Amino acid sequence: MSMQGVQDEEKIELSKEEQRSVRKRSMKLLGELVRPVRTRLFGSLGLVISAQGLRVLLPGLVAIAIDRALPAAVKGNFSPLILLVVGYLCAAAASSGLIAFFVRYAAKINQDILFALRRRLFAHTQKLSIEFHETYTSGRVISRQTNDLDSIMELLNSGGNDMIAGLLYMVFTAVAMILLDPPSFGIMVLSFIPLYFLTRWFQRQTRTNYRKTRVASARLIVHFVETMTGIRAVKAFRKEKANDEKYVDLVEDYRFVNARVIQLFGIYDPGLIMIGNITTAGVLLFGGLRVFEHQLGVGVLVAAMLYARQFYGPMEQLAMFYNSYQSANSGLEKISGVLQEQPSVVEPETPVALDEPHGKLEFDAVEFHYGNGKTVLPEFNLEIPAGQTIALVGTTGAGKSTLAKLVSRFYDPTHGAVRLDGIDLRQLSDETLRRAVVMVTQEAYLFAGSVGDNIALGKPGASQAEIEAAAKAVGAHEFITALPDGYATDVNKRGGRVSAGQRQLISFARAFLADPAVLILDEATASLDIPSERLVQHGLKTLLADRTAIIIAHRLSTISIADRVLVLEHGQIIEDDSPAKLIAGDGKFSKMHKAWRDSLV
Amino acid sequence: MKKRGTIATLLRIFPFAKSALPRIILGTFAAVGAHLMALAIPQYLRGLVDSIAKNKDIFTGDQSVIWPLLVPAVLAVLALGIIEGVMVLLRRWLVLTPGTHVEAGLRKTLYTKLQDLPVAFHDKWPSGQLLSRATGDLSLIRRWLSFGIVLLIANALTIVVGLGMLYSFHWILGTIYLVIVAPLWIIGFRFEKNYHATARRSQDQAGDLATAVEQSVHGIRVLKAFGRGAFITEKFANDALELRKTELLKAKMVAMLWWSLSVIPELALGVSLFVGVWLVQTNQLSIGSLAAFIMTTTVLRWPMDSVGFLLSMTIDAQTAVERFFEVLDEPVTITDPESATKVEKVEGRLSFEGVHFRYQDAPEGQPDLLNGVDLDLLPGESVALIGVTGSGKTTLTALATRLYEVTAGSVKLDGVDIRDLTREELRSHIAMAFEDATLFSASVRENVLLGNPTASGAELEQALAIAQAHFVYDLPEGLETKIGEEGLSLSGGQRQRLALARAVAAKPAVLVLDDPLSALDVDTEAMVEDALRTVLKTTTALIVAHRPSTVQLADKVALLQDGRITAVGKHSDLLASNEHYRFVISSLDAAGEMIEVN
Repeated sequence: MSMQGVQDEEKIELSKEEQRSVRKRSMKLLGELVRPVRTRLFGSLGLVISAQGLRVLLPGLVAIAIDRALPAAVKGNFSPLILLVVGYLCAAAASSGLIAFFVRYAAKINQDILFALRRRLFAHTQKLSIEFHETYTSGRVISRQTNDLDSIMELLNSGGNDMIAGLLYMVFTAVAMILLDPPSFGIMVLSFIPLYFLTRWFQRQTRTNYRKTRVASARLIVHFVETMTGIRAVKAFRKEKANDEKYVDLVEDYRFVNARVIQLFGIYDPGLIMIGNITTAGVLLFGGLRVFEHQLGVGVLVAAMLYARQFYGPMEQLAMFYNSYQSANSGLEKISGVLQEQPSVVEPETPVALDEPHGKLEFDAVEFHYGNGKTVLPEFNLEIPAGQTIALVGTTGAGKSTLAKLVSRFYDPTHGAVRLDGIDLRQLSDETLRRAVVMVTQEAYLFAGSVGDNIALGKPGASQAEIEAAAKAVGAHEFITALPDGYATDVNKRGGRVSAGQRQLISFARAFLADPAVLILDEATASLDIPSERLVQHGLKTLLADRTAIIIAHRLSTISIADRVLVLEHGQIIEDDSPAKLIAGDGKFSKMHKAWRDSLV
Repeated sequence: MKKRGTIATLLRIFPFAKSALPRIILGTFAAVGAHLMALAIPQYLRGLVDSIAKNKDIFTGDQSVIWPLLVPAVLAVLALGIIEGVMVLLRRWLVLTPGTHVEAGLRKTLYTKLQDLPVAFHDKWPSGQLLSRATGDLSLIRRWLSFGIVLLIANALTIVVGLGMLYSFHWILGTIYLVIVAPLWIIGFRFEKNYHATARRSQDQAGDLATAVEQSVHGIRVLKAFGRGAFITEKFANDALELRKTELLKAKMVAMLWWSLSVIPELALGVSLFVGVWLVQTNQLSIGSLAAFIMTTTVLRWPMDSVGFLLSMTIDAQTAVERFFEVLDEPVTITDPESATKVEKVEGRLSFEGVHFRYQDAPEGQPDLLNGVDLDLLPGESVALIGVTGSGKTTLTALATRLYEVTAGSVKLDGVDIRDLTREELRSHIAMAFEDATLFSASVRENVLLGNPTASGAELEQALAIAQAHFVYDLPEGLETKIGEEGLSLSGGQRQRLALARAVAAKPAVLVLDDPLSALDVDTEAMVEDALRTVLKTTTALIVAHRPSTVQLADKVALLQDGRITAVGKHSDLLASNEHYRFVISSLDAAGEMIEVN
């Protein structure tokens, strides 16, 4: 079975095929990330090649100094020595300079990759349907965008540079060794055998462990975010202890898998050092013998030993890179999974333009059910002329919100089509649709920023005058001006706390500013107290005057301004008429209305 | 002095690292040991090279002369090499696991503290900033403890010892090296000063990004409804660009430091190579010593080079520690009393006596939000709390369970000041249902029994029945169905009923309900009210109400106006006598007709 999207995300042991499909998609993502910067990557490669090439020259220069320049100097000829020392200093300065430049150059490339990924992931999560968010939970999304991204950042920041630099340094060292003293190189080649086995062992051990750390850290974050978001309920119901216990378990799980990974590296790295040192001893033994037999200069022996020792120096960096690569790879696996998720509500490839929406809505043989669950809305037809205000009434679970969500295209109907001005919603671009249709729900979420910013969300770039006009229209102006900094009051700071009712007023102002052709109010008045509701009622009249509106409200007071009432029961429209006629009759609405009237006193 | 600041800040972490300290110190010794082994190798070569150079007649190919000279040197190099490897193994084994324990300990401490901090703290701090402290910052501290500090000390010691060895070859060579390398310290200090602010900015910006991500997910419905996905993405991208800028500045600083750190030792080596050859030529130095000198400087390269990134790591760790303690130093303003009173049998009398409350950051000159509230709820009595939006009703209910603390006056439960009870006990007597129902990703059962985990199945069913939450039985796995914060798409009304069931299931002496039925339709509301009445007969209740229908639940009504309770009485009486009350609660005019809005 191949793995699709975020499905089976917490699985640790993958079958061969799953392994392949996961690797394929994360490699594909990596490729996409690297492609835009590939020319610059070659540039940075050039920088590193020159820098490391110069650096590898240095021990060779030392060898020549001892074997050639020293005897010359003893004879009184200092010019080879001066030449060599000046050459040495130039090569060292140039190599360091190039490396420093490379660090900055590479940082720019890395940050560009990271920024592109950050933005892409953020934008993609925004595009994914509500359905996805409802099942995936916010903690997981946050974990993908923080922790998993950090692991990639770490790889790019340290690992990438070190890997290229280290690898090249090794290659150059090997080349220098071949040129300087081929037999010593032979000994180095012998050391590759234990190196191979050690590396394979390390690779096998770490593969699954890194996946475990990703899963463990995501669980940790989910629990953490949930606690902090729901802190009031946590305190009120004394959940602290139980939370602590659970968190301790999660922290320990994470610590355990993380420690395991670190310990593996703690064995691998000294192993490398050991192999390097034994090789150095081998070079000394073999080289020493040849010095005694006049086959090798002392300077060359010293240089060969320096090379042998230095050859294994970057191995440590390579191992570290491999380490962060494994960690980043597990992050990449998870991120590519989210990116693979397709919004169940897709934008059309060639959208139909709708410049001036009038707001006529049609439900044509529409049916809806979730996943494979039971039907929420059995097939029905409905026409709402432009400008009409509709009230949806019915018990909880009758399908009112679902109907509203079909109009705002949070979901697509399972059968049939919803049309706006005769155009199937699926043929409209998201931008066009959102300009035409806006939904205000009971949860009036406020974003960090000022009250004014929050209203302006309805129309980015709105002037202060427009914002205030919108607030006045819905009756929010008065309480906003009473806040410490008026419209500039930060909703998270200094007296910016607003009550649930006030939050709803702000979200009304937001909708007013958005000025859509179709406005849906889904329980948007539930938290309002009666004085605010009175204020809003006046505002609503202007707000709804020349647009199509669908109002869902338990408080029938809101419904008094409707032109037409639809009573829903088990997803079916059982009554459909003007409020006055329905009240006068003896149907369901008439009863509800009577009960509501009774509840007012 | 900045340096003291860094050390003083970092030292604050040591109480948490106490248990790991011995192993970290041993690990530092192991690291020094490993470096000393590497430094010792050139000493052996020195002898070997010198004996080769001195005795020209050795070059006869006579095996009996060669082996005694070569074998000890090779064995020494081999032994030192293996010991070095073992030392590194030892260092890692010593410090790595304790490091993860310290990290886990810090993480737990932070979480416990965050749960202990009052709601007022959480109002101020976006959870993204808290999250970045609990994850990224703490793993930075771990890496610094088990890696940064160990190597920084070990490398500094190695450099000192190495310099000593350089002097042992020839004092002129040692001095040249020392003089040329000395400015590195100045460069290091200067770097530390400049880098600190940038590192801090980068961590704060990362926290802001986490907050932006968190909000974009929690507010996803609003963003979708207004089609503001692209807009918020642009905003996020701008913030991310700021972080990118800071990161690039950091890279620039590190690159500059790196350049000086790598070029200066090479400069020293180049100069000493020249002087060294001159010394050999004038017979002041043996050729073996020169070779050993050069090898020693090569061994010192890495400790020198690494000082740069170890310093930046130390500063990153310092800012991480600062950020950690910003939360940990935050005073817990709502605490348990030193010697708590225990209420043996709770009657359920809840009294507010001269209660004042203002938010800490409320602007000066603004009157207290609650400005002397007196309200007495007798055992078993239920009182509806009425007032305009923003009048402080929700705040008043939060005072009863000490989610916020009164700024003056007192709240008493059965005559005992609630500040004399432990929070645990107080909150076991008073249960709340919030308007925005917060559910946790756990089963329906766990969510409802949150306040009373040992309740029987019958009690659970009863609570669900009272809240008219029968719908849970139709969920895929009934009571065991997992509902997340957003888990299963429950409607607002369904969530509210579960929250109500949760408060009821806690079987408290006092129920505090904040507009608990706002999202219910008229029929369901009526059913819930009927069922709730039986509970309210025996339970004291404070109910925030926006509707006459909710008011009907209560025995009497209290009107909150301008921070005080201005009227208490029966609904019908107040309706007749109090104009403000009519304004707040009634949609009917005096004649009993609906106020015309059309």
